[in-house]
Amino acid sequence: MRGQALAIAGVIAGGVATFVMSLSTLDSLRLTQATYYQDYRFAQVFASLKRAPLSLASRIEEIPGVDRVETRVLAPVTVEIEGFADPVTGLLISVPDVGEPLLNRLFLRAGRFVHPNREDEVVISDAFAAAHGFTPGTKLHVTINGKRKHLTVVGVALSPEYIYEIRPGAIFPDYARYGIFWMARTPLSTAYDMEGAFNDVALTQASGTVLQDVIDRLDALLERYGGRGAYGREDQVSHKYLSQEIKALETFAIVLPAIFLAVAAFLLNVVISRLISTQREQIAALKAFGYRNMEIGIHYMKLVLMILAAGLAGGIGGGVWLGRSMSNLYQEFFRFPFLEYQLEPYVITTTCLVGLAAALLGTLHGVRRAAVLPPAEAMRPEPPVAYRETLIERAGLKRFFSQPTRMIARNIERKPLKSLLSIIGIAFACAIMMLGSFQEDAIDYMVNVQFGLSQREDLTVSFVEPAAPRALYELESFEGIEYGEPFRAVPARLRFEHRSYRTAIQGLEPRGRLKRLLNRKLETITLPENGLMLTDYLGGILGVRPGDTLRVEVLEGSRPVREVPVAALVSEYIGVSAYMHRETLNRLMREGNVLSGAYLAADLLKENEIFSKLREVPRIAGTVAREDAIRSFYETMAESILIFTFFIVLLAGTIAFGVVYNSARIALSERGRELASLRVLGFTRGEISYILLGELGVLTLAAIPIGFLIGRGLCAYLIVAVQSELYRIPLILEQSTYAFAATVVILSACISGLIVRRKLDHLDLVAVLKTKE
Amino acid sequence: MAHPPPQKPATGRRTAELTESAPAAILGQTKREPASPSRSIVLITAQIGKTMTTISPAPFETAPGTTLFRTRGLTKVYDMGAVQVHALRGVDLELFAGELVVLLGPSGSGKSTLLNILGGLDTATDGAVTYRDQDLTRANDEALTEYRRFHVGFVFQFYNLIPSLTARENVAVVTEIAEKPMTPEAALALVDLSDRLDHFPAQLSGGQQQRVAIARAIAKNPAVLLCDEPTGALDSETGIVVLEALERVNREIGTTTVVITHNADIAGMADRVIRLSNGLIANVQRNEHKKAPQELHW
Repeated sequence: MRGQALAIAGVIAGGVATFVMSLSTLDSLRLTQATYYQDYRFAQVFASLKRAPLSLASRIEEIPGVDRVETRVLAPVTVEIEGFADPVTGLLISVPDVGEPLLNRLFLRAGRFVHPNREDEVVISDAFAAAHGFTPGTKLHVTINGKRKHLTVVGVALSPEYIYEIRPGAIFPDYARYGIFWMARTPLSTAYDMEGAFNDVALTQASGTVLQDVIDRLDALLERYGGRGAYGREDQVSHKYLSQEIKALETFAIVLPAIFLAVAAFLLNVVISRLISTQREQIAALKAFGYRNMEIGIHYMKLVLMILAAGLAGGIGGGVWLGRSMSNLYQEFFRFPFLEYQLEPYVITTTCLVGLAAALLGTLHGVRRAAVLPPAEAMRPEPPVAYRETLIERAGLKRFFSQPTRMIARNIERKPLKSLLSIIGIAFACAIMMLGSFQEDAIDYMVNVQFGLSQREDLTVSFVEPAAPRALYELESFEGIEYGEPFRAVPARLRFEHRSYRTAIQGLEPRGRLKRLLNRKLETITLPENGLMLTDYLGGILGVRPGDTLRVEVLEGSRPVREVPVAALVSEYIGVSAYMHRETLNRLMREGNVLSGAYLAADLLKENEIFSKLREVPRIAGTVAREDAIRSFYETMAESILIFTFFIVLLAGTIAFGVVYNSARIALSERGRELASLRVLGFTRGEISYILLGELGVLTLAAIPIGFLIGRGLCAYLIVAVQSELYRIPLILEQSTYAFAATVVILSACISGLIVRRKLDHLDLVAVLKTKE
Repeated sequence: MAHPPPQKPATGRRTAELTESAPAAILGQTKREPASPSRSIVLITAQIGKTMTTISPAPFETAPGTTLFRTRGLTKVYDMGAVQVHALRGVDLELFAGELVVLLGPSGSGKSTLLNILGGLDTATDGAVTYRDQDLTRANDEALTEYRRFHVGFVFQFYNLIPSLTARENVAVVTEIAEKPMTPEAALALVDLSDRLDHFPAQLSGGQQQRVAIARAIAKNPAVLLCDEPTGALDSETGIVVLEALERVNREIGTTTVVITHNADIAGMADRVIRLSNGLIANVQRNEHKKAPQELHW
């Protein structure tokens, strides 16, 4: 019993650990997020605009429902770093000359805040500092608004606004190539020609007010000043990513523990039923002595509760440890200034209750059956088991089966439900494995589609202001640049019926070679002359189909409002966008032939020359090199994927081992007698092992394809559960994922098989002959 | 005593093994042929006292009356923690080919222990037991498995049939691994169960199950049939039917048969009756007039 009890306790512990881990991590993340937001006054409404006089601030404050207002100057910046040739860009954010910002306050990790009236001081984001090893005192050469400046890092800080520090439009954070910088208001305004003005505002709402009202009024106020549409926290990039991560964790918090506890309930059921059938006579004797049904029930429940207690203790301990490690990983990933690890009492009570429910569910039936058996009946051995020929034997295949093989087949078929549940249990182990490793496949696939088929440019250059086509010719004349493709990007709000979405409309060349739009089959679609093409997911958000007409409210320039038909939906896994023929977009904007930037194909052997050349062009706001972004992403992901995979392998292994080991032990206890009889008749250890382990082998092998199906289903469920505007994970499962899952399951089965095989070697041949069945 | 059927020609290999291992006197009627070198080495090794790794792989025909088993000072002590239980206290015994022996004794007399050691299920603490002059006390697990597989047929008190296999398959499970078995059908015909071939044990009465067990035990043509309380779980009427089956096998095939029982009435059908008491042989009695099983009653 000890081994079996341990195996079940292990499975319970696995479920409890994942439950405690997920819930406590979830609570910790939420609490940390809330505390961080509150203590560092994370704003609730954000808006950027072209330029407004500072005097507008007081009018914003007068908007009903507005609590605090912080106007800011935001400026794109390019950074030159010695020994680091890749283009580095960032965002400069103004902080008050004196004192701390009212909203989006900074957590200073090192150094100090900027001194008033020192123009060359800057505080940099922690992630960026860590990526380059920058510390207070480091000198930076930057270009702001086409002007080169020398800045000194005086502090390293964190902001609730940039918990997830990602370049707008990028998929993954790239700390080495994108940073956030804070500079005093006056020198930044001077450098960016924003004296007496601001181009960004953040505010908080008074409690009890309606967000949308505040946003609408703010939009109305900012419209004259080139407002690009205010938005709430829900649309703030960092917040969105963080919420997304929390949502994914919630899914895991339910799915994984549910599987574990279901498997544990099944195992308890099997083991307790078996135990009761072997102890039938003792039960009868106890009842004959006058023990009540309840007392006998309680006796068995005590055993179940002991196993449960062991599982709970191990699981809670392990879960807290995993939760802490996981929370620390998140802290590192999101660069929280602190982490409030939170283990709420409800997590423990819920875990215990859920565990108890699973255990009761698993055992009540067996215990009840034992308790209600009349003593006289219980004294008699259980009626002999009725066997019959299996379906495949009756189908005429019998003559190909040796007697041991027939025994295997008949045993499986005799208890079809138990066999099926064992198969499903093992299948879930396989499925969990797939859940663990499929993300890697999916990310590979997303990267391949995104960068191999859709975004094929080597570099993306964006201009500070829309530029004439000759800006592109100039770029194309640089040595090493082979080809350029212009694009126009315009912020806009798309409306359909009561739904709306704020995004950028990208005007592209109709037959672009670098940026291409794809349909569901990943075939290139040509941009039509008229109409919008929407990311399929955006089509879903807005509830539009090709042929419907959208209302497009441009949030830039003269802010035209137009009715535009939807021409087609495009398949994209990352972000959501709207695309248009560039010339049509120019016409819609009532502007000439202008571009916001260009996609470039370049000879990457000459990238250093190209980058230094690009830095000299004042109109360029930023340059992104694709390869570097991909590489750095893989570097950051590799470690966390490894940890996650290891964790999942452990969990899946526990389940596979738990199920196979318990099945094997039960089979051994049920059939030890006949196996020993066969040994007496001259069967070798290997031959009787075949009979016992062959059955498990059949169950395991049958479980694998079912596991593949369940795994696919779970992956599909996870994908739907975590899909968002940020990304949609495609259901891509490589053969290697299937192979790996199957291998882990087979290995776990083999290990438990070997352990049971050792027991088989020590069967007591003499004892078995002296006992009745 | 009934005579065994005409001796089948023994294979050269088996005879060769005998030539090497058994004294010529015992081998009286066995044909002699040249030895196989490899087999000789194994058996010689066995004789010079190392762990025996194999026992001649198949039953041989042994002339009636030759010694099949010989025990000398056979002792078995069970270590039960605080106490030591002496199950056998130095048993000297010979069993001859073709005879039907009843080992009689109360429970605890050591008869089952003796049978288990003879059957290769247990090893002695001290003393020696030879099977055709091969030392079973020195055999390792593999050798004992092979010995049981090819030489010994067992019949147990509780039948020990495989519930998932039919009568025919229960016999086939043994014939599949034996060297020169009868067909399962022939074995079941010997115990009068030709009409129950495809019944599962749960569909058979206790007596029928025990007869399936006998068919299973004899189907491999074993050198010895060891029966541990074969009628212990049966009423007398059914028990007699089972004993008839055993008697018939012994008479028709000449299989040496050892029946252990605490039922003194069964002793009447034996060639010899060996009484055990307290781990020692109390006396050996030869029945001048064997009774047929039908004449027994208890």
